[in-house]
Parts: sequence; structure tokens; C-alpha cells
Amino acid sequence: MAPPTSSAITLNINGEKHTLPVDHRTTLLDALREQLDLTGTKKGCDQGQCGACTVLLDGRRAVSCLQLAVAAEGRVITTIEGVADGERLHPVQQAFLDLDGYQCGYCTPGQICSALAVIEEHAAGWPSAATADVRPEAGVPELSAEEIRERMSGNLCRCGAYVSIVQAVARAAEEAAQPGASSRPWQADGPGEPGAPADGEAVA
Amino acid sequence: MTTTTTGTPAATGAVGAARTRLEGLAKVTGAARYAGEIPFAELAHGWLVLSTIARGRIRAVESAPVLAMPGVLAVLHHGNAPRVDGDYTGPLGAPDPVLQVFQHDRVPYVGWPVALVVAETPEQAREAAEALVVRYDQEPHEAEFSAGHPDRYTPQGSDSPAETAKGDLAAALAASAVVVDARYTTPEEHHHPMEPHAAMARWEGGRLEIVDSNQGSGFVAQELAHLFSLDPASVRVRSEHVGGGFGSKATRPHQVLAAMAATVLQRPVRVVLTRRQMFSLVGYRSPTAQRVRLGADADGRLRAFAHHAESVTSTVREFVERSADMGRVMYDADAHHTLHQVVPLDVPTPSWMRAPGEAPGSFALESALDELAEKCGMDPIALRARNEPESGPVSGLPFSSRQLQACFREGARRFGWAERDPRPGRRRDGRWLLGTGTAASQFAARAAPSTAAVTAEADGDFTVRITAADIGTGARTALTLVAADALGVPPERIRMRIADSDFGPAMIAGGSMGTRSWSWAVMAAAGELREQLALGGVIPPQGITVRSDTTAAIAALAATERHAFGAQFAEVAVDVTSGEVRVRRMLGIFAAGRIVNPLTARSQFIGGMTWGLSMALHEEAVRDRASGATVGADLAGYHVAAHADVPAIEADWVDDPDESDPVGIKGIGEIGVVGGAAAIANAVWHATGVRHRDLPIRPDRVLRAGDGGRPGS
Repeated sequence: MAPPTSSAITLNINGEKHTLPVDHRTTLLDALREQLDLTGTKKGCDQGQCGACTVLLDGRRAVSCLQLAVAAEGRVITTIEGVADGERLHPVQQAFLDLDGYQCGYCTPGQICSALAVIEEHAAGWPSAATADVRPEAGVPELSAEEIRERMSGNLCRCGAYVSIVQAVARAAEEAAQPGASSRPWQADGPGEPGAPADGEAVA
Repeated sequence: MTTTTTGTPAATGAVGAARTRLEGLAKVTGAARYAGEIPFAELAHGWLVLSTIARGRIRAVESAPVLAMPGVLAVLHHGNAPRVDGDYTGPLGAPDPVLQVFQHDRVPYVGWPVALVVAETPEQAREAAEALVVRYDQEPHEAEFSAGHPDRYTPQGSDSPAETAKGDLAAALAASAVVVDARYTTPEEHHHPMEPHAAMARWEGGRLEIVDSNQGSGFVAQELAHLFSLDPASVRVRSEHVGGGFGSKATRPHQVLAAMAATVLQRPVRVVLTRRQMFSLVGYRSPTAQRVRLGADADGRLRAFAHHAESVTSTVREFVERSADMGRVMYDADAHHTLHQVVPLDVPTPSWMRAPGEAPGSFALESALDELAEKCGMDPIALRARNEPESGPVSGLPFSSRQLQACFREGARRFGWAERDPRPGRRRDGRWLLGTGTAASQFAARAAPSTAAVTAEADGDFTVRITAADIGTGARTALTLVAADALGVPPERIRMRIADSDFGPAMIAGGSMGTRSWSWAVMAAAGELREQLALGGVIPPQGITVRSDTTAAIAALAATERHAFGAQFAEVAVDVTSGEVRVRRMLGIFAAGRIVNPLTARSQFIGGMTWGLSMALHEEAVRDRASGATVGADLAGYHVAAHADVPAIEADWVDDPDESDPVGIKGIGEIGVVGGAAAIANAVWHATGVRHRDLPIRPDRVLRAGDGGRPGS
């Protein structure tokens, strides 16, 4: 008998468990869009080059087009639909809205998911290629515009909204740094200690 | 009821006040649904198969093995496809032959549609499409563009002449104290909106219904009615949210294929293009080879002006990249010559891409002006001021408004231009050589006939219906502000409905004409409705609707040179040991009529300038001579500017009133691209002393120039 080409899996998305049959070829992106009607996650290139499909897997950003749905079982998945706290927008979303951090809006969910992770990664002390001093004792670098640009570079925007996206991320990061600010309505515990991504994970 | 008067605008101050996008909440929460994201029962999925040869005939499409694969419903190809009629003149002229899918066995370029596999799921369709064997009889092809190609010709039959000439060019050049004669090239460039083209087609209640991502649902509906020989009223196209267009989202093969498959299978079919397929199916900007000759007196006054531009067309449809048009507006001279020529090759047909003509043309022209300023020992802004024409250099018509010098003055003040040492190669910051440059921007402010309907509802609100498209421009919001002011009510009382071909004919989002054309129609209908309501009376349950059609009003518009203008400034840093060029800052000051929504207008200007940066330093599609195909046809191989490439960019505007114009709005979607690449190239010269006349300004080109080699190619 030929091995099965589909399986029933359970995905933990935005705090809800979804059990669904998936073709083994199905990417997490296509499972979200085609089977679960979670179309906020966008397909821009389907080969990990544009960042439009960025979601959070266990709090870390990943391009969902390079992730097979069957491999996402057991992970805590956050999509753009799970970013707001009910009717209350996340500060990153509010900043994109207020500062016009988009035009056509198609890259926006990926930009926002990346921005959430960027703010967390930075707060956790992760350096970037733009960080002047990467020694641990140098501490957390200032989240300058240059740092934001470097860290957001996995997310293309063809309308050319980068200038206001960077302003939006900076504003949201400032708000997140305020005492008592809650920037993490989703379930994961954030990026944790700096380190290599988990096996098979495509970091945007 | 038809009206073409705009009445007296009843400003409530909505126009001119910054307002966030109406659909903003939907976009930041992921709730906004784009064309490929709306579920339909029994939806089947089509996957395209494209030719792998550049010229020849299809010998066989071996569909039998593929039809036996799981879930496969149909394989459409030239051997079994229904008839498609391409013998018509549509809203944009004769249709692109690529829309007549599967009508013959000829292959005119790599990436021509040869089959559509339809299956129950996208995975099944994709695997079957990739497994489909197509056999060809291959013929020799030619796909390489070069300047001075022996097959080039001067096109005929355009609405604007390919060539304009006055005066004796050779004599004027000979009599000039200073002469610039320079050749420039720009590469093949692609639109690549972030949302790939997608369309769902189904038959519903006897009508062909298309849910699409396009720049004008009315135009797409008209084309589909022609292609499938349908009554225009029996086609409905909608396109609520559009993930960018830039000229690429016209009628393309995906809508035709979805409609064809839905007709054959009698069930809904969705066709989504892959990123790779977009390289051959949705148009692109032709590569150009341009020669600019300028002759001037010692004080910079132009005596001779010549701009000749060559570009590519395909063998199936003529398209002219009108790079030499800009000089017909910008600069006058006793002898003035502009010329376009095209070279037909075995390549996909080029098309309009954001600022067609002006984007590559302004790179050559505004670089050449900078070279002339250098040779004359003049400031480049002073050179342009000296050559301000009184009227259209070719048309002789007056300018409706021309605030170019005001843009330069304001830009120079804010950029700190006065402190600039004009000598090149003088500023250094560590390993970086620093330079600044400037260039002029220009784009035509045209309008096209549109219709709109405005309804006074019984509940006191107003509904506006117009087949406009919001492709990220903010049109939905802008038109709401325009309607609010025209009706004299707050924007909250306007329900704006767009992007449905059932709302009647209207201009597409293109040519920087959308907001201008649609606002005209909305103002006309709203103005008349307001007058009716002023008479008093009760609004019936179905409301009171006034329709407008601007055809007559636009035809009655006085012939003038109507353009938006601008001045762009750039500061660059060049590392001559690595060849890297970094743009440190850009400033654009524009004069573009009435600015409807400052928040989204600024975004559009900056977006355009970002395109100018991307064009200057990054974008280049490389066509392989041997295969005729694009090398690295993806977003890694075709780099568009990313976050890390884009510095602080500022855009602002000066007042540009035009009392003679009924709407006073000029388009702003494209002018931001114009001149940006030249400003950056001029800044690179200022930093290094080397002129880069070939785009993009790649590290290897900078390095070769630094080695004393020629900067070319």
C-alpha cells in the first residue's frame, strides 16, 4: 500500500485549536489561507523572499510559505488575526494605521508580525548587522531607525512605504518600553534568549 | 440625469486635512480580503503552464497522463480551448494578443501561456502543471536589446507623434559654445506589486462574475465581454482591495483563463499567477538606450536640444516606451528634436510601468542637464531657471501652471543646497565619499471621462458609487473627502463604494489620472444633487440619485500644457573600495495642484521617490541571450529596494492653484518616480567625479570607474 499523502493534524492558532486534514504538500501558508479562511497572512512570492507571509511560531517570526503545515503541529502559531486584543488594536497596528505605514496593505500583516518580533528581539538583547557593538556587556543597542531598517529588511514593500513603516515601528517600540506596557497579547513567551532558530525554522 | 457642471464646491474642509485610510483598520488586522482570498463553494484551482522556448510552435501537449493525476479536472490548451475573439478595439486599443489564450500553436516568447491545468486543490493543480510535458518545434530567436539595433524603426499610429522636430539641429549644435552629447541606458524593470495577479470567475444568474485584482474593473469587464463575445451587461468585475498595481494590473491572461475554465467546467475557478510567471505575463518596463545632445551658450541658454530614445517591443504587439516625451515639456531651444524608436524582439510585450517614459527619460535628460551645468560652470538649479520656457516647447500652448522654480527654491532651502561646494570629490566621511545632486520632476495632469452616481439616502447619509480602484493610492478615502466637500457634509456621512463594473464606466487607476478623473465625476454628481436637495422636499425610501458623466466637460477643457512639477534632491555616500552606493537622504518638493489628503499624498510621493532610488541602485532584470528568458526570475534575483536600502525620505509640496481647472487636482502617483534616479546619479558624480550613465549604479560599475576604467555597462 502506498504511504498516505494526507494526515489529520491539529494546529494551535491564535489560541484556538483547529483540527484539519492536510495534503502533506500543503504549506502552513496555504493551510491558513485555503483551509482555515485565515487570509490575513499573505502570499507574495511563495518562496521565502518577500516576507508577506510572516507569522509568529512560538513567538519567533517565520515565513509560513517555507513551513509545511504538518511540521507546524505542536507549535504556537500567531497570525495577524490574533495580534489585536479583541477590538483593541496592538500598539504596532495602531501606529501603522495612524502613521500611514502602508499603501496597498498587502505586505502589512507580514510587516506587523515582523515588527512585533523585532521589538521583542531587540528588547531581549539580540544584535543585528546594524549593531555597532555586539559584545554582551555593551547592552541593548538603541533601537535606531537604522536598526529597525536592518531588522525589518526581510519584509518587502513595493509601494515604498518603508519610511512610515520605520516610524510606526519606532513609535510602537517606544510605547512597548513604557512601564506596564503589554506588547504580547498572544500566547507565546517571546523570543527568549538569543540563539539559533529551531531546526527547520525559516526566520524572516 | 446627466450633468457636467461641478457647481460651487461647498467646502467643509475635508479636502486638505490629513485623514487615515477608510480601509486602514481592515488592512492592519488582516480583515481586508484581496481577490484570491474570498471563498467560493466548489472552487477549482487553475495553474498556468508557460512556454519554455522563445520562438517556435507547440507540437504536442501531452495531457493524458496529467488528466489521470488525482484531482485534475481539465487541461486547457490550443487544441481544445473555446474560441476567443481578439478582433476589437477596447478601452486601451487593440487587445494584447496574449489575452487570446490558447488560440494557435505559435510561441512568440518564453513565458507565453501554453496550458492551464485545473484541479480540485492548488497542490494538485501545481503538481500536475509541473508534470505536464509540452513538446515544441523550436526556431531561432533574438531576445537581446542593444543600442543602434539594425531592426529598429520609428513607430507610427500613436496618439502622440514618435518624432518632433523644429530648427536646424546640426547648425545649432555647431553654433553652441558648450555641447553635451551623452548616451544613457536603463535596464528592463518589472512592476512586482506585492499581491500577485489573481482572479476568480464563475457564472452566476446568467452573468459572468469576476473577482479580480485590477486597476479598473470597468475596463476589464469591457475586455472580457469582447473576448468572449458577451453582452457587456452580462459581465461583472469587482476588485475591492488591490495589493498594488503600478500599471501591471490591467486585463491579463489570468482573468481570461479563469473565465474560460469556469465556462468549460461550469464551476468557479480561481487562477493566481506565481511570482515567476509575473515576469512574462503582466508587462514590464522596456530597457532603453538614449542619446541626449544639448548645445548651449556660455551662459547656459539652450540653443540645441535632442533626445533620442530606443526601446524594445515584442513581435506580437507594438509598445513604445516614450522616454523622449519629457523634453517636449521641460526645455526649449531654437533647434529641438525628440525621437522614439523601437526594436522588435522575441520577448514579452513591454507595458506601462509607474511613470512610463518619464522614469527612464528623466534619468537621461536630467543627468544631461547636470552635465551641461558642470560644463558651463553653473549651478544646476540656475541652469534650469535660465531655461524656463514661456510655453510648451513643442506645442506652443501656455502652461496651466508651472511651479517648477518654486519647487527648486523651496527644496534648495530645506536641503541646504546653498552650502554645497559644486566641485566633485571634495567631501569625505571615513571610507565614504559624499555628494549631493538634484533633478527636476514632471508628469502630465490629464483626465479621462468617468461616470459616478451619488445618492441622498433616506437616513440622511450619502452613497457614492464609482468604478474607481484603490490600489494603495488612498483613492477610496480621497474620493470620500471630495464628496463630503461637494455635498457640504462631514466625511462620516459618505458611504463610498468603488471597484464594481456595475457602477458604470470610469477611468482606471493609471496615468496619474484616477483621482483627478473620478473626483471630477463625483463633484459633478454631488454638486447637482446638492442643488436638488436645496429645493427641499422629502427623500423617498429609495433615496434620490444623481448620475454624472464628465465626457463633455473633459472635451470642453481648454487646450493647455497641464502638468505637475517637482524638484528632487539626494545625498549619497559612495565607498569606492567596495563600490557600494548608499543614499543618505532624499527630499522632494512637488507642485501638483490641490492635495486632497496630505497623509496619503505624502506616502505616495515618498513611495514614488523610493522607486527612483530602487531604479537608480538596484533594479535590473537580466535577459539570457541563449534562452530568451529572465535570469533569476524571482524577488531574490530581481532586487527591489528593501528597508535597509531606504533612508529618511521627505516629500512636501508648494501651492499650485489652477483657477481655470474645474477640479484643480493633479495626479501624484507617478511624479515621485520622475527625476529621482537622476538626482542620485548626479549626486554620485558629485561624490566621485564619475558620471554613471547606465542604470543601475551597481558596485561593479563604481569599482570599474574607480580603476580608471569606463563606467559603462
